[in-house]
Amino acid sequence: MAFARIQLPPSVKRGDAVEVRISIRHPMETGFRVDDDGRTIARNTLKSLTCRYGDREVLRASLGSGIAANPYLRFHITAVASGDLVFEWVDDAGEHGDARAALVVAG
Amino acid sequence: MSDDVSSLPALRSLARRRVLVAGGALVALRAVPARAQTASELPQVAALADDLAGRVPRFGRLSLVIPRLADNGNAVPLRIAMSGLFPAGTELKSIRLYSPKNPVALMARFDFPAPPAKPEVDMRVRLAGTQRIAAIAELANGELHAAVADVDVTISACLDGT
Repeated sequence: MAFARIQLPPSVKRGDAVEVRISIRHPMETGFRVDDDGRTIARNTLKSLTCRYGDREVLRASLGSGIAANPYLRFHITAVASGDLVFEWVDDAGEHGDARAALVVAG
Repeated sequence: MSDDVSSLPALRSLARRRVLVAGGALVALRAVPARAQTASELPQVAALADDLAGRVPRFGRLSLVIPRLADNGNAVPLRIAMSGLFPAGTELKSIRLYSPKNPVALMARFDFPAPPAKPEVDMRVRLAGTQRIAAIAELANGELHAAVADVDVTISACLDGT
């Protein structure tokens, strides 16, 4: 269910600003839509999303119904050392998801 | 192709003049409502007023980059960026995004536990109609910066009247 794509530059130098792009497959239900039987579809957005780089947390986000389905984010971190970028999220339905990508820092 | 070639430039210049006049009229029309609202006027949003709690944000450094006309309110590309320097103690801590027309006013919130390499976040937002959205950035020293952007939305994200 949980599926995400993370895009990082193939190689960066220490101290560089690294562009991080992530796209998560998620419906981001607003809670205002109704299904074919007229029942309200429960709100389901990414209430908590975090990104850790090495042992440091670099971004914490809370995305509401005002964020489009399959949320896409782009931000920049400072390259310190080679390591994993780990994204973890929880939606309103309580479902957890995670995705990781390796950042290679040269020099 | 048997047209008198010498008359063509004159025709063209006439057509061009008409376009210019029409364009000028359009600019004049647009300018009137634009002047009625100050460029730095925050939209009336309860959640925004609560979060500001009487504090007055500064304008100028924070910017919202969004198409002036959004065809599809279900996914509008948006960039929130900040300019200027961030000396020690004034790092970017958080950014919040507000909408006066969406059923949930606080659209998103971003916290930066570590200072970002670039004070910039991109995302795609849902917009329930033409409106003026606002972003508030908070620095480590408590300083607040605001930005607003007017967006015309042709297809609203919420079609059920909420």
